[in-house]
Amino acid sequence: MREVAVIGVGMSQWGELWKKSLREIFVDAALAAIGDAGVDRVDSMYVGCMSSGLFVGQEHLASLLSDYLGVAGIPAARVESACASGGVAFRSGYIEVASGISDIVLVGGVEKMTDVSGDGATYALATAADQEYEGYHGVTFPGLYAMMANDHMRRFGTTREQIAHVAVKNHKHGAMNPRAQYPYEITVEMVLKSVLVADPLRILDCSPITDGAAAAILCPLDMAEKFTKKLVVRVAGSGSSTDTIALHDREDFTEFAATKRASERAYKMAGVGPSDISVAEVHDCFTIAEICVIEALGFVKRGEGGKAAESGLTALGGRIPVNTSGGLKSKGHPVGATGVAQIVEITEQLRGESGKRQVKGAKRGLTQNMGGTGGSTVVHILEVA
Amino acid sequence: MFPARYWREIPQRYRLEAGKCKVCGKTCFPPRSKCPKCGNTTFDVIRLPEDGVVRTFTVIRVAPSQFSEQAPYAIGIVELDGGVKITTQIVDCPLEKIHIGQKVKVEFRRIQADGSAGILCYGYKCVPVS
Repeated sequence: MREVAVIGVGMSQWGELWKKSLREIFVDAALAAIGDAGVDRVDSMYVGCMSSGLFVGQEHLASLLSDYLGVAGIPAARVESACASGGVAFRSGYIEVASGISDIVLVGGVEKMTDVSGDGATYALATAADQEYEGYHGVTFPGLYAMMANDHMRRFGTTREQIAHVAVKNHKHGAMNPRAQYPYEITVEMVLKSVLVADPLRILDCSPITDGAAAAILCPLDMAEKFTKKLVVRVAGSGSSTDTIALHDREDFTEFAATKRASERAYKMAGVGPSDISVAEVHDCFTIAEICVIEALGFVKRGEGGKAAESGLTALGGRIPVNTSGGLKSKGHPVGATGVAQIVEITEQLRGESGKRQVKGAKRGLTQNMGGTGGSTVVHILEVA
Repeated sequence: MFPARYWREIPQRYRLEAGKCKVCGKTCFPPRSKCPKCGNTTFDVIRLPEDGVVRTFTVIRVAPSQFSEQAPYAIGIVELDGGVKITTQIVDCPLEKIHIGQKVKVEFRRIQADGSAGILCYGYKCVPVS
């Protein structure tokens, strides 16, 4: 296997982009990444997208997007794993470069979510759960995560305020990110007074509906300096895992077993452990998710995820800053793009390009992207080469 | 909902039919072709017990359109006697009285109406028992 480098990253604007189509948003991000990498060609492409069929009535993205990017003729594939589509696309691109099949691979992620009504978006997102045995009975995604929250609160004494601190922290980070959809700070009181969606979760516990794309360019590590003069970032570890699709089929509702397994594989491959990570982007689709994820990644002990947000452990300046980009909560969550945008944030952090939200001396970062209620997860570890 | 997609699940939704592995005895609901515990592929059809306990729950305030008339409603994960867990609404009880550990019993109810001219969809819901 060859060593692989990330030599370019880019993002489109994120938000409610009424004037832009899926193809335009994707090409914006892809061109930004190609420009950042300084490459004059792309040998192959992977696109992470959860549900362009339900959101915009368009499938066959490999053809559409290679065509509109002006690279038709290259091999391309769309990758789907619900909200983990972007992360799995990145892993696919990584494997293709590592294997020696292609040298310069573009990995993109995209979702155009505002061409349907709120109910249409809820329906599309609900397809990431078991439609016949969860969705059929009227449970929503906020509802599934709310059931995790109730269980976590009962078992570990996690408080409603601690859960709110995740949103407050991520908005504080997002307020420093010019690309965030909601770049402003919120307070615990605002979270606790916002509209109830599924008890105990409120609207400010939930990530938003977002249009957006992100992209990264990968190449063999020994070729990286031919293209880029920037600091080269190396993919040190890649791990992926699956779990039951239905939350009710798990022994433990608050332990993300797929995240645990994926991270153990990535740590082993990189030869590091949780305490060696300087900065992490994790899947905070709901506030409670970040709490359970940082436990599964080994950043904190089981049951202590709530305290971590409250104490500042996971804030900028804390022991392990989590979601410096603002996370899904503040930056936005165009589902298929999220996993690739995490790579963008960590790459920029390692290059020292993150401005006000820069983690000083960041040498190694981790991304964790998951689908549904954790039925699929992919973890990557990036390092300064 | 396309009728075939609905009626395929009727044995589970109306009668709680599950598959019990002939080798290791694990119960799968809905039935599966391969036992996730031992890998065996032969099963007996059994009917799940109707008594269970609420393991976790929530109250849905913002509901999908076909459930909007029912909101707010409680939904939870119920562990039935024998260990199979199901996602199900918890009804016939004030929302504030529902708690983890509550004993419930399965009943047959209408779940959703599929639009104004579509089929009525039935299945299981749970009600508290004192």
